[in-house]
Amino acid sequence: MTGMGVDSFPEIVAADVAVIGAGPGGIAAAVSAAERSLRVVVVDRGLEPGGQIWRRKVNATAASDAQPWLTRLADSSARTINGASVVDVRPDADGFEILVESSGRPMRIWAADVVLATGARELFIPFDGWTLPGVMGIGGTQALLKSGASFAGKRVVIAGSGPLMLPVAASLADAGAKLLLVAEQADRSAVARFASGLWKTPALLFQAARYRARFLSARYATGTWVTAAHGVDRLQSVSITDGRRTWREDVDVLCTGYGLIPNVEIARLLGCDIRDGAIAVDDRQRTNVDHILAVGEATGVGGAPLSLIEGSIAGTTVGSTDAASAHLTRRRAILVEAADRMLNVFAPREELRSLPHADTIVCRCEDVQYGAIQNAVCARQAKLYTRVGMGQCQGRTCMPGLDFLLAWQADTVRPPVEPALVSVLSSEVADDATPTFPLTSSVGEAYQ
Amino acid sequence: MARGVQPRISIVVNGDRVEVPAGITVAAALFNLGVTAFRTSVSGEPRGPVCAMGVCFECRVTIDSRPHERACLTPAVDGMHIQTASIS
Repeated sequence: MTGMGVDSFPEIVAADVAVIGAGPGGIAAAVSAAERSLRVVVVDRGLEPGGQIWRRKVNATAASDAQPWLTRLADSSARTINGASVVDVRPDADGFEILVESSGRPMRIWAADVVLATGARELFIPFDGWTLPGVMGIGGTQALLKSGASFAGKRVVIAGSGPLMLPVAASLADAGAKLLLVAEQADRSAVARFASGLWKTPALLFQAARYRARFLSARYATGTWVTAAHGVDRLQSVSITDGRRTWREDVDVLCTGYGLIPNVEIARLLGCDIRDGAIAVDDRQRTNVDHILAVGEATGVGGAPLSLIEGSIAGTTVGSTDAASAHLTRRRAILVEAADRMLNVFAPREELRSLPHADTIVCRCEDVQYGAIQNAVCARQAKLYTRVGMGQCQGRTCMPGLDFLLAWQADTVRPPVEPALVSVLSSEVADDATPTFPLTSSVGEAYQ
Repeated sequence: MARGVQPRISIVVNGDRVEVPAGITVAAALFNLGVTAFRTSVSGEPRGPVCAMGVCFECRVTIDSRPHERACLTPAVDGMHIQTASIS
C-alpha cells in the first residue's frame, strides 16, 4: 500500500459532508452523497472501512455482500480516514468542526453537514468473575477471530442473547473451537415467536438455519444464562443456570453479551434527541439538530440491510430539500418493524438484575464494586463518589448495564468523547492554515 | 486458507522475539501466544480483551514505548516491541 507520508498529514480537511463511522450505514451515506458531487470525508476508528459487520478476516477477501459497497466507496470521490478517533464535534458559523486524533496527531474536519453512523456496541450485564481474562463479548470474540486469533481446541460457552450468537457460534465451530453450549437467556416461547415471525423475511430464516447447521455438535438452550465465571487470574469455568438447576462447565473462553445498543455519545454531545436509547430521526434521517443526520444502528439496531437503506436515504437527502425515495422509505419501514420485534423477544430477563453482588466489579476501568454504587440516586452522584464510568472507556462498557440494573438516566456527555492526547486537545489551527480537499489517498494508510 | 504461504513477521513480546502471521492485530497475536493478562487493572487484577473493537480499553498494552495502546486496534508490524502486564 502506498500511503501518504507523515509530512503530508493534513491539518484541516474541508468537506460538504462529514460521515462519522464507516460501517454499512456510513458507507452508503458517503457514496450516495459523493455520487451527487458533494465533497465527502468519512472518519472511522477501524483499520479499514466496513465497520464490525463487514470486518474482513485477516488475509481474506471481503464478504460478498460487502464487496460491491466497498468498491463503490473506493471508486467514489469520498475519502476515508481510518484509524481515527473523533474527539469533539463543535458547531461553528459555517457548520461543524470535528476534532480527530489519528496516529497521535490532531486533524480537523470542517463540514457543512454531519452524518452520524456511529453504530452499536454490545450490552454487558455484570456478574461475578466477568472481569477474568477469557470472558469476552460475543461480537468481541467474532472481531478477535477475524483479527487473526486462533480458537482451535478452545473450550467455549456462548451465553447471552440475540441473533448475533448464531453467526459467532458458527464461526467458532468452523475455527475448530470446542463449542460446549450456546445459551440464549430468552425463553423458548419468545424465541419461537421470533422464529415464526421470520417467515416475513425468509432470507433471515434460511440464514439462521444455515448458521445452526454449522454448530450442530453444540447444545442450544433457551431460558438459560450464565451466573458466574470462575478462575484464578484467568477464566477456568462458568456457572450456568436454567432457573431450576445450576451447573458448571470448564471453559477457556466465555462469550457473553445481551444484544447491541446504539452508540449515541456524539449525538448527545450535539444535543440530538434520543428515543429509547437510539438517535431519533425523521423520514429523511434528519435529527432534531439542523444539518445533523443519523443512520444505521445508532438510530436503532436493525442490521446491515436496514443501515444500507438509511445510509442511502441520508446520502440522497443531505444538503438538499429532496424527499427520500418512496422505494427506500417502504423498504425501511418493513425492516424497522422486524427489528422492533426482535428487541422485544431478546430483552434481558428479570433474573439478570440479581446477577451482580455487592463485591462484583461493575466498572472495569475504575474497579468500582456494585455495593459502592447501588444506593446512589443517580449516575452523577455515583460518579462523583466512586468514579464509576469515568475511566478510559468513559462508561461505554458499564453504564448501559447499570442503566438496566438501576434504571439510571444517562448523564451528560462532554468532550473529549474519546480519550485523547493533551497535545491533540490543546492543538490550535494557525491563522493561515488552509483546508485540504480532496485528500490524495485515505489517511489510514499512513499508519501502515 | 493455505496457512503455509502466509508471510510471517517478527515481533518482540515482553522481551522474547516471536514470529506471527502478517496482517493480524496485536490483540490476536498475544491471544495466540497464550497471553491472558494484557493489562493490570487499578486494583491489580489481570485483564484481557473484551470488545475487540476499541470500546472497552481492556486490551491496553505498551507498544514501542507508547503506553495504553489498544491492542485490538493495532496491526502487528515487523519489529514491533510489545509489553504486557507483569502478571502472566
